Amino acid sequence: MTRNALLEIRDLHATVEGQEILRGIDLTVRAGEVHAIMGPNGSGKSTLAQVLAGHPAYVVTAGSARYEGKDLLAMTPEERAREGVFLAFQYPVAIRGITNAYFLRAAVNAIRKHRGEEQLGPVEFMDALEEKLKVIGWDDSYLSRPVNEGFSGGEKKRNEILQLAVLEPKLAILDETDSGLDIDALKTVAQTVQKLRRPDNATVIVTHYYRILTHIQPDVVHVLSAGRIVKSGGKELALELEEKGYDWIREAAPVA
Amino acid sequence: MSSGIEAQVLQPYKYGFVTDIEADVVPPGLSEDVIRLISAKKGEPQWMLEWRLKAYRNWLKMPEPHWSNVTYGPIDYQAISYYAAPKQRPKLDSLDQVDPKLIETFEKLGIPIEERKRLAGVAVDAVFDSVSVATTFRETLARQGIIFCAISEAIREHPDLVRKYLGSVVPHNDNFFAALNSAVFTDGSFAYIPKGVRCPLELSTYFRINASSTGQFERTLIVAEAGSSVSYLEGCSAPVRDENQLHAAVVELVALDDATIKYSTIQNWYPGDEEGRGGIFNFVTKRGACRGKNSKISWTQVETGSAITWKYPGCILQGDNSIGEFYSVAVTNQRQQADTGTKMIHMGKNTRSTIVSKGISAGRGQNTYRGLVKILKGAEHARNYSQCDSMLIGDRCGAHTFPYIDVRNSTAIMEHEASTSKIGEDQIFYAKQRGLSAEDAVSMIVNGFCKEVFKELPMEFAVEAQRLLGISLEGSVG
Repeated sequence: MTRNALLEIRDLHATVEGQEILRGIDLTVRAGEVHAIMGPNGSGKSTLAQVLAGHPAYVVTAGSARYEGKDLLAMTPEERAREGVFLAFQYPVAIRGITNAYFLRAAVNAIRKHRGEEQLGPVEFMDALEEKLKVIGWDDSYLSRPVNEGFSGGEKKRNEILQLAVLEPKLAILDETDSGLDIDALKTVAQTVQKLRRPDNATVIVTHYYRILTHIQPDVVHVLSAGRIVKSGGKELALELEEKGYDWIREAAPVA
Repeated sequence: MSSGIEAQVLQPYKYGFVTDIEADVVPPGLSEDVIRLISAKKGEPQWMLEWRLKAYRNWLKMPEPHWSNVTYGPIDYQAISYYAAPKQRPKLDSLDQVDPKLIETFEKLGIPIEERKRLAGVAVDAVFDSVSVATTFRETLARQGIIFCAISEAIREHPDLVRKYLGSVVPHNDNFFAALNSAVFTDGSFAYIPKGVRCPLELSTYFRINASSTGQFERTLIVAEAGSSVSYLEGCSAPVRDENQLHAAVVELVALDDATIKYSTIQNWYPGDEEGRGGIFNFVTKRGACRGKNSKISWTQVETGSAITWKYPGCILQGDNSIGEFYSVAVTNQRQQADTGTKMIHMGKNTRSTIVSKGISAGRGQNTYRGLVKILKGAEHARNYSQCDSMLIGDRCGAHTFPYIDVRNSTAIMEHEASTSKIGEDQIFYAKQRGLSAEDAVSMIVNGFCKEVFKELPMEFAVEAQRLLGISLEGSVG
């Protein structure tokens, strides 16, 4: 296996409702890196994110994905989460009657339990949370609101980033977190992600748009088309996509 | 669904043990002689016996009701024993003579009745089959003039009070099961809160069915005099048995001017097994009369047990400005069936009622909300708010809603909201992606769904209710 690879995907194929969406993905993400995955609608970006998180509606038909050398695909979604894989959802789900604070603490404690660490009580957890809230520019009124219920699209995305900041995963996958955000919110989100960068973690940003990448410096940009990565490059590739659109990539894509 | 929502790896019912105790059981069968025998065993006055017999004669003429949305085989009323009691009879004011096996039984159920282990702030009447075995904190309550005792004792010791109110809210011929109860009721609790007294303790009755082939027919009567208030909670459980056991209870509440009664139930009778064998038939009539102005009766119920639940705790809002409330969580898993809801009858002016019902169906459970809101001609400016939410777990269960509305005064304001949701694969996945197990995710989602009801429970029992909900849904999601 590749040295220092946090995530290593080889020839990954996946279907949803019998339809093949991923048709042989190869991707290596090393600790300390930020990768951007771009591509037109329907290219398989979100499917890749969901498959990595283990959504039951997606079926892996071939290939492999290793996370820290372990078979990621053999792990349950909750095991992946406890081992440090985090997905910021494109469409975060609302949970009625459960406060954000309760949900966050349940998540933190599930992960702590997995690591053999002590559970945090409500009071000590709140102390740790204050700081994270400031980072994303929220006051604590958001903590007593039910998870994502009545949140605007932008608030839901920010809430995902709050969870990211609290859980501090090793591998964060951001599934179109930038869509639906106004410029200020985008900046806050991007800055938070930037602040959370460490030599021992990695981020995969799935996006349509170049603009989030102006705040987060990606090490590698990949272009996904028809279920395959058809082009990889540096930040300049994102800029090129921004100027030319995706059509030239589609034309350049190898025919299956 | 690929995660296998609904794998039926059910946890055994945790209160299913049997207490091995010598019992005095009346042979099965129902007749006037059996009723005379029960009345004699209880040392009742003649008027009580006559009332029972009147109820029995009415019952004989009544057909068993079958309008509810539940199905079950015929009940053989002659195969049931109507009285069972532990042989060693204690004096009710002293624990010295209570059989240690009984003390141990209640302790196992989490209801310590021994002095030094008692729950702080909660007075408990412990009913075992057909008799009350102990009532705690009686002296503390008596100092404020509060009477809290077994109803059989109240009939002997406070006949005038009982006679005045018994059957005044649920008449002896109210319905088939209420008539049966009136004829054969054995024990239950009586509480009387005098004028202006706020009951300092939570009053509570725990009902335990132990003997086989018996029915439990308890009767509870609570009277809150003008300006008084009381919070009462009942709990119940029964052993695991292949047979169905009948539980037909009647609860009557009377609230006079400015009085408040809060009545909470945590119902955890044996629900039967995954094939629907055994379990309690829970046919219950509960009704409260807000007789006085500004009075308030609030029902909160968490129904997780029983093979069949048939109950509609209601409020008759007679007094002007009186308030009726009904908060309910009903869970049906495996093959449980519940048909439950409320009746709010508005008679007085400016009367208000609130109904919040949460039905959760899992396994092959069937859950029905049935509610009546009736606003009579004289009920000027009456208001009702109803909210009925159903949640489905898996695709073999069912949720049904039958709201009946009868408004005869044009100044009434009615609001009704209803929703049905399926516990989403996406919701569970979201929680799992944050590290939670499937069971914790479901328990959290369901608890969130029920929050509006749980917050109405006395604090001591809210935690118990959440835990119980977790247990009764265990195994419903893979």
